[in-house]
Amino acid sequence: MVRDEVVKNFKEKFKSDIVEFLDKSYKRVYVEIKPEAITRVARYIFRDLGARFNTASGVDVRYHIEILYHFTIEEINLLISVRVKLQKDKLEIDSIANIIKGANWIEREINEMLGINFKGHPNLQRLLLPDEWPPDVYPLRSDYQEWDKNAIRDRGV
Amino acid sequence: MARSIIPIGPFHPLQEEPEFFTLVVDGETVVDIDVKIGYNHRGIEKLSEMKTFDQATFVIERICGICSTSHPFAYVNAVEDIFPMEVPERAKFIRTIIAEGERIHSHLLWLGLAGHFLGYNTVFMWAWKLREEILDVMEILSGNRNNYAMFKPGGVRRDIKKEDIPVCLKKIDSIIPTCVMLKKAVIDDPVLHARTKGIGILTKEEAINYCALGPTSRASGVARDLRKNCPYGAYDKIEWNMIVTENGDVFDKAVVRILETFESIKIIKFCLENLPDGEIDTKIKDIPPGEGIGHIEAPRGETFHYVRSDGTNRPARHKVRAPTFMNLPTYKTTVIGASISDATIILAAIDPCYCCTERIGVKDIKGKKIFNGKDLIKLSQEKTLKLKKEFGVI
Repeated sequence: MVRDEVVKNFKEKFKSDIVEFLDKSYKRVYVEIKPEAITRVARYIFRDLGARFNTASGVDVRYHIEILYHFTIEEINLLISVRVKLQKDKLEIDSIANIIKGANWIEREINEMLGINFKGHPNLQRLLLPDEWPPDVYPLRSDYQEWDKNAIRDRGV
Repeated sequence: MARSIIPIGPFHPLQEEPEFFTLVVDGETVVDIDVKIGYNHRGIEKLSEMKTFDQATFVIERICGICSTSHPFAYVNAVEDIFPMEVPERAKFIRTIIAEGERIHSHLLWLGLAGHFLGYNTVFMWAWKLREEILDVMEILSGNRNNYAMFKPGGVRRDIKKEDIPVCLKKIDSIIPTCVMLKKAVIDDPVLHARTKGIGILTKEEAINYCALGPTSRASGVARDLRKNCPYGAYDKIEWNMIVTENGDVFDKAVVRILETFESIKIIKFCLENLPDGEIDTKIKDIPPGEGIGHIEAPRGETFHYVRSDGTNRPARHKVRAPTFMNLPTYKTTVIGASISDATIILAAIDPCYCCTERIGVKDIKGKKIFNGKDLIKLSQEKTLKLKKEFGVI
């Protein structure tokens, strides 16, 4: 498996799904795809290319929310980051936890931290936040306001 | 026999990560397991966004007391990945030395605790005594036994003095014979074989499906090590072997960790003997907008950091993924079907935070029978004792 060949095949296979393709360096590739294509892209990278799922990370960029799914193909030292942009009025995406068991927990985490609904997730419950946390407060959103007035927290002083 | 529920956890003063396990047992066999984490969620990702790039190194160093090098190492790699930048050779070697020292003391710590759970308190004493020597070396090199504060984006904070190197080499050489003895004592012991072989098996397919990391996956025959596959630091300039075993049981996980300790000793010695001269820091002025990823092989597996910069002096987003986050869910396959006396060691074999296992409490649904953590360790130790008698050792 050669690195350039993998990248070229990937581009051709998902030509209609790719929004933007950034070949950042020899080790890093960033691909932006349409949200509805995530399951087939994830299945292809995980099953056919034999990659390992590292993790996913959600970022609130004010106008939309981005989710990055990171995959490493260790044999050719390549890290593929699949980027999905979700508009704030429609925060839902298909779950990949049924394809990759290791994605189960991180989707639960993103769900509670950013409020994204993963459709088809086997067990979309809270993972990290305490039980008394109010249901519609998402701590990693950019408009997050502290809700608990009695809490003693580091306010970045 | 009726099914009982065993709650494990969640708090213990020694744990770095409190977790709450619910084991459902049928008689002596575990039939189901549920994990609940989040008791120690301190919001470090959010906190890190309030700090400058330099200050964030100190915050994330305090994520974990034992992995206090892996997190800063992954973080500085991520920051250096935002824009193309060369780190001086000497800094790369110093980073490698610190990271490997951490691996040795972490593996020895695990070995000691695993010995304790199985009733081998001599192993516990020996391993922790050896660990002390390594902590002394780290103190000579960095000034601290833990939380070394050696890393900064662009290089390292402190240089290694020439006159310290022979002292460190001598100290490291002095632990090798004892390590060899310990290795033989563990690997050749027939009782330990009977106690740990074939227990808590994680198959290769499940290891890949759950994306297990580090020694947990390498014990199952998944030949993946970031130091070999995606070299960072000075690992591409050093000769060393990746340790992979096939069976995926508790014994193999122990073997991988013990043999890795020897490889780490080899790497540290090579780095100290061949430390190149030169600068230790490239002075970074400012960090342009962009995103970077750093992932390194910590003692327990891959630590993953994602940093996004928007051109200011603070990270816009900082995502941290520790190895246990991926390794913990594998309990679902390893613990089910095992007996309660084996559950302690299987839970410990992934090296999550061994201390959780001290907090195991057993009670049946009617609340008649209650064991605490001490009793469970006793249960585990009694099984070993019984095996020892069968083998005619005592």
